[in-house]
Amino acid sequence: MANVLTGVARRTLFERAGASPATAGRRPRAVLPRARRNAGAWAFLIGAVLCFSFFSWYPIVREIIMSFQKPVYGGGYAWAGWVNYTRIFRDPTFWQAWRNTLEFTVLALVIGYAVPFVVAIVLNELRHARGFLRVLVYLPVMLPPASALLLFAYFYNPQYGLFNDILHTLHLPTSQWVFQPGTGFISTAMVSVVIASTWMNMGSATLIYLAALQNIPGELYEAAELEGAGILRRIRHVTIPQTRLILMLLLMLQVVATMQMFIESFVLTNGGGGVGDNTQSVVMLIYQYAFAMSGASNYNSASALGVVLMLVLAVFSGGFLWATRERG
Amino acid sequence: MASVFTATRSNRASKSARAARRPASSTRTLISDVSLNRRSGKIIYRTVLTLVIVVFTLVFLGPLYFLFTDGLKSTQEVIATPPTLYPHHVYPSSYVQSWNRLDVGLMLWNSVYYAFGALAFQLVFDVAAAYSLSKLRPALGNVVLFLMLATLMIPATVLVVPQYVTIANLPLLHWNLIGSPEAIWLPSVANAFNIFLLKRFFDSIPTDYIDAASVDGASPLMILWKIVLPISRPIIGVVSIFSLVAVWKDFLWPLLVEYGYTPTRETLNVGIWQAAIGTPQNLLIAASAMAAVPTILFFLIFQRNIMAGLTAGGIRG
Repeated sequence: MANVLTGVARRTLFERAGASPATAGRRPRAVLPRARRNAGAWAFLIGAVLCFSFFSWYPIVREIIMSFQKPVYGGGYAWAGWVNYTRIFRDPTFWQAWRNTLEFTVLALVIGYAVPFVVAIVLNELRHARGFLRVLVYLPVMLPPASALLLFAYFYNPQYGLFNDILHTLHLPTSQWVFQPGTGFISTAMVSVVIASTWMNMGSATLIYLAALQNIPGELYEAAELEGAGILRRIRHVTIPQTRLILMLLLMLQVVATMQMFIESFVLTNGGGGVGDNTQSVVMLIYQYAFAMSGASNYNSASALGVVLMLVLAVFSGGFLWATRERG
Repeated sequence: MASVFTATRSNRASKSARAARRPASSTRTLISDVSLNRRSGKIIYRTVLTLVIVVFTLVFLGPLYFLFTDGLKSTQEVIATPPTLYPHHVYPSSYVQSWNRLDVGLMLWNSVYYAFGALAFQLVFDVAAAYSLSKLRPALGNVVLFLMLATLMIPATVLVVPQYVTIANLPLLHWNLIGSPEAIWLPSVANAFNIFLLKRFFDSIPTDYIDAASVDGASPLMILWKIVLPISRPIIGVVSIFSLVAVWKDFLWPLLVEYGYTPTRETLNVGIWQAAIGTPQNLLIAASAMAAVPTILFFLIFQRNIMAGLTAGGIRG
């Protein structure tokens, strides 16, 4: 109401002063207040919209455009067709990086997906020290990743690292850990990266599962127990179905996150990608294409690789959402 | 933000329930209290509890123990084989050396400056935008909201190259923000997750309050300041904590835009990585430990909020 009144007052003022009689005078009465209200609302919105435009929407479009361009000698870009794509497909490191990234994703699922769920189930059963244990699990998540990874790099050190010392004490063969050569599907190097990554990141998944477990109605367990279901069957028929939604969601998010693995391998191998690139990931390759090949830095090849990764992740998450919706 | 409420409420509820339910439990879990109170149950429970506490302490606190004590060793001792379990000769001076040599103080200040600056930008712009989208509902607001939320589907690391090229030469304005704090602050505003959380919370505020205030002649800004913000404290706390931690932990982006200046503009996270080659191991570990202290303190102070917020905001992964 107030808006309408001031709008009218403003309009008569405008008319009297003759400031904008042509535009303001002929429109129906409701338009001006609405325009004013819209302008006010957009004033609140504009800062975020500008930031999104510059740093999110425009880069998305630009990545696709850049992937079809090539730099011209003396500055500027020209259309290049599919050249960047054929170039990266011919690069053996490209396939190596994808293979490694998939290896990391699978290993991180085997280790990093099951462990937090089991830990959450165990924590949920404990009647003591729960706060303490939750803090412990989440503590590594809060460390700066470089701190945690440099510490692991020290533990993994083949000469003076703690892990080799433990193996030595147990009379087991020692290992080069991250710098162990070899590119088998379960390579020691990648397992080392996954262990560090899981240690760093499992806290948040654990706490999310824990919250989901606390929402399971106790009657379901009661009923299952009366029917004679043992602990494992109760987990299978009550716990898992009841937390299915969050399990599925975290599965998808974890795959998307692990496919973007960068810092773990980057810090553990000093930016190198391991022996014979056996821990090189796709995002590391984007970084190397764009910034690390001195002289030969090529934003366009890096963009093409970025587009490929974006498509793979989009197809995966779209397909995953579609498949889980079908069943549920 | 319904789930923050439910999270905190259920925390409180479970606490009071725990106090009240000593004799008979109403909220049971996988294993009932009855079977735990049997003698065999008690023995198994005690064993499992001890085992879990020991294993967790070793796995999660063990590395932290070495993080803080290895920095106290001398350069020779830290690379001795076999490694020593505790510093045989304590050298607190390696922390001092590390602080001076790597300029930890400056990097610490940089991290704090970037993190709180980004927080300020996010709070101003994202809160305003979410308020506008939720309560003022401008024309095309839904399109904007859809476009913002659509960016959630695009993982951030995929866009580093075009983002870098854009920030080196902003379109239309032709500013080069590389090396300036704005290179971290402004992109942090484009955070669809913040918009999503804030808007969902604002949507739950009854319109009656806002209508009443606007009849009384309050401007939208006044309504935001006097009505919406005071109600929204919990969600703003969640958003703030996660945005601070995100900037503090970010690596790839600050590596690209704040790398290699004298005096240094690097964050702690990038700076200690950069020092990894050519710095003695004990100084490096000492620097890592010092880099970890602020976040550990932050976590211990705000752990309740962080853990409650995780169920609301932690889906970010």
